[in-house]
Amino acid sequence: MVEITTNWFEACRVEDAVQNGGVCVKCGEEQIALFYFTRRNEWYATQNLCPHRRQMALSRGMIGSVGEDPKIACPFHKKTFSLSTGECLSGDECAIQTYPVKVEDGLVYIGLQN
Amino acid sequence: MVGHKFCEKITDKSDNFRIFVFGEEPRRAYDRVHLSEYFNGKTAEDLSLSHENWYNEKNITLYLGDPVKEIDRDNKTIHSNKGLTLSYDYLVLATGSSAFVPDIPGVDKEGVFVYRTIEDLELIKNYALNAKTGAVLGGGLLGLEAAKALIDLNLEETNVIEFAPRLMPRQIDSTGSLMLQTKLNALGLAIHTNKGTSSIEGTDRIESLKFNDGSELKTDILVISAGIRPRDELAKLCGIEVGTRGGILVNEFMQTSDPSVFAIGECALFNHNIYGLIAPGYEMAEVVAANLCDGNKTFNGFDMSTKLKLIGVDVASFGDPFTSEPDSRSILFEDTHKGIYKRINISNDGKYLLGGILIGEAEAYNMLLQTVNNKIALPPNPEDLILGSRGGNSQTENSGLAGLPDDALICSCEGVSKGQICDSVSLEGCESVDAIKKCTKAGTGCGGCIPMVKDLMLHTMKENGKYVRNVVCEHFQLSRQELYDLIKIHNLKNYEQVLDNVGKGDGCEICKPLVSSLLASIWNDMILKRGNDTAQDSNDRFLANIQKGGTYSVVPRIPGGEIKPDKLVIIGEVAEKYGLYTKITGGQRIDMFGAHLSDLPLIWEELIAAGFESGHAYGKALRTVKSCVGSTWCRFGLHDSVSYAIRIEERYRGLRAPHKLKSAVSGCIRECAEAQSKDFGIIATEKGWNLYVCGNGGSKPQHALLLASDVDSDTCIKYIDRFLMFYIRTADPLTRTAPWLNKMEGGIEYLRNVVVNDSLGMADQWEIEMQNIVDSYQCEWKTAIEDPEIRKRFNHFVNAPTEKDPSIKFDEMRGQKKAANWTTV
Repeated sequence: MVEITTNWFEACRVEDAVQNGGVCVKCGEEQIALFYFTRRNEWYATQNLCPHRRQMALSRGMIGSVGEDPKIACPFHKKTFSLSTGECLSGDECAIQTYPVKVEDGLVYIGLQN
Repeated sequence: MVGHKFCEKITDKSDNFRIFVFGEEPRRAYDRVHLSEYFNGKTAEDLSLSHENWYNEKNITLYLGDPVKEIDRDNKTIHSNKGLTLSYDYLVLATGSSAFVPDIPGVDKEGVFVYRTIEDLELIKNYALNAKTGAVLGGGLLGLEAAKALIDLNLEETNVIEFAPRLMPRQIDSTGSLMLQTKLNALGLAIHTNKGTSSIEGTDRIESLKFNDGSELKTDILVISAGIRPRDELAKLCGIEVGTRGGILVNEFMQTSDPSVFAIGECALFNHNIYGLIAPGYEMAEVVAANLCDGNKTFNGFDMSTKLKLIGVDVASFGDPFTSEPDSRSILFEDTHKGIYKRINISNDGKYLLGGILIGEAEAYNMLLQTVNNKIALPPNPEDLILGSRGGNSQTENSGLAGLPDDALICSCEGVSKGQICDSVSLEGCESVDAIKKCTKAGTGCGGCIPMVKDLMLHTMKENGKYVRNVVCEHFQLSRQELYDLIKIHNLKNYEQVLDNVGKGDGCEICKPLVSSLLASIWNDMILKRGNDTAQDSNDRFLANIQKGGTYSVVPRIPGGEIKPDKLVIIGEVAEKYGLYTKITGGQRIDMFGAHLSDLPLIWEELIAAGFESGHAYGKALRTVKSCVGSTWCRFGLHDSVSYAIRIEERYRGLRAPHKLKSAVSGCIRECAEAQSKDFGIIATEKGWNLYVCGNGGSKPQHALLLASDVDSDTCIKYIDRFLMFYIRTADPLTRTAPWLNKMEGGIEYLRNVVVNDSLGMADQWEIEMQNIVDSYQCEWKTAIEDPEIRKRFNHFVNAPTEKDPSIKFDEMRGQKKAANWTTV
């Protein structure tokens, strides 16, 4: 069995996150989009790069749902991606990376795999 | 491309084959149809037809940069250039074609290129750096594509030289060619037809072209695109039969003279024809794949109809474009004003459409092609097909679709029929174009059939008794107009409240901006108030226009286009300080591009301190009221158009609407402010003002119509109040005033009755509502910079607020910055 260790990166305080929207987290050289889905009391994290035109923009997009699935729409061309699986919902084939999120003592952590 | 398609098709059908692919070029199969996009920013990877691991996933072994050198048919083996020997059960040749290079003296000089592969393009790109003028030899489809590529490389002058008397001689007639030439000339392309090239002059490198008629043309670079030559040398070498003028002979199963060897795509010669288009190539791939998997498919020739956008001009040719009397009759439409030419050829008895040509406007192409291919009986006035029905209610579009047989091919790229699309709606429950795309693959190729797919979907849903309601999205089973009333009645103040009270689910990128716009129109609260901020559209969210690369542009309001010199200085200083690109907009304002998100509040702090306010260029709101200088200076001016424009702009600034609003005031009938192209425009008359409404520029320009004449300034504003409130209340989402009026029953007469004669009895209420909005105006940017909670949102990184996005890159052009092209990381 391969053991996967998760390294929890401290992203921000809960009150720094945007309610029902996203913020961008600097994580070393990487940019991660962190979404606080206040309405559902859920947190999601994905890559900040929209694969369509390769723009660092997903954190500035609108979140929402299609059926039960939570999603994010890129502000540039409104390509949408599932926040739970990263799958592109706008017919294209590019998926985005997703990360686990946990909240402890008012701090938000993003799970990175080593 | 065809070889790749074959791999896709056969791996979809069966796992029984072990597939080896040999390619001469160093990269995976790529999209040659859109090759010229390589010059406006697409990379080789963007053009690739598959991602890197695709071949692995499909268990296909790929050898790149290693062409097959020899086929040993007796032992059923091949030998590659790098020395590999493999045996085969079946061999598929998809060797394509190479550029045909005519035997002109000097053709080997430096600066002469062909246009075929990404490598060719790279050579051209490098050489063009030192070239000022360019020429393309060949005015066919590919030649014009190549000319577009040269234009994109910023050559000062680009020439197209065609031997035949017209452009695209295989697709269009001489009238069509003349129309196309006029359009291309306007785009900066010089066209020379009837020119035989006798030699290419120059010492080492090309300097000029000499023609048979004795004339000469100076040029620094020449791209030859004079046709294609099938790559049949490998087949020839092993004794497979080829045509006298090239091409590997195949039967209807795409089999060559050796039954275990097949040829597909541009290298294959079927029934004396080489098929140089992508759709027949894909069809050939399908035939071979199907037959190897025990199917039974034959290739029966292919319709060479085509529709494309050449350097921005629509060109289509379908069926038999050239047939003429006595075999048939033609209906011609020529509009040199708009640059439109249409020709349809019909049978002598007037019953059937045989073919035709469309230049400048090709919307009818899909329907016309279907009419030809399915031998659909023509309506009594076949000219309606290209002119649209004049008078009476037209049902042609829909009845045409309904009249198609089930096997009518709708998507020719993927070979999807009308029946399959209708079934996906009726049986599989697809009720969106995306769902149909996923289910049938229709519309995933060139995308040209998508409007038909959508119409078919709506048509089928209606037939199945499904009421197609004009609802916002899955979260609101309501129209925009219904939502407007509900928000008012229930006194709903933010997006979440609206969703909780009259919607369901969690919202989406369609309903959020729409509801936000309604809230702003009704209550005129600061749009970034908590609870509404993240429901705003991309630009409203940050009160600026997001641009390529992730920076923003800033447009301060300059009412009526009037600005004092000291304020111009401030704009210049701010732009310099924050390193912004500046450009005058079409609406008499100054746009500053390239601002980092975190600089926006700082920029606005300085602008507001100097007396500027938001220009709302980011909102679906009133943008600008353009004006001519008017009677204060102009010797023709009747009234002071600038003062009136400022009054109007200051009245309606920030007003949120279903779409953006533009206006203008002209001081006399010379109309220098172009008021008749605006949502509402005002022109001075001897006795007062004429008010025009519902015009717009954009992709479908439309002139505004006269609503009221010779009214005084206050009355004119009253009418505008009513007009705008009526529009805001009743228009569909993202509908500008022109299409709103087009859909209105009774048209301008009805509108005039409502606005001028108050036929609905709403005038008082609307005027009060408008006055409330006017009175509650605030500069959003002023509020934003004064509120630390809102200000905080303008940092790129939540955990490193002082750092800017390091991925933002700029290039330089004419001494200013410009956004780096898409897809640079």
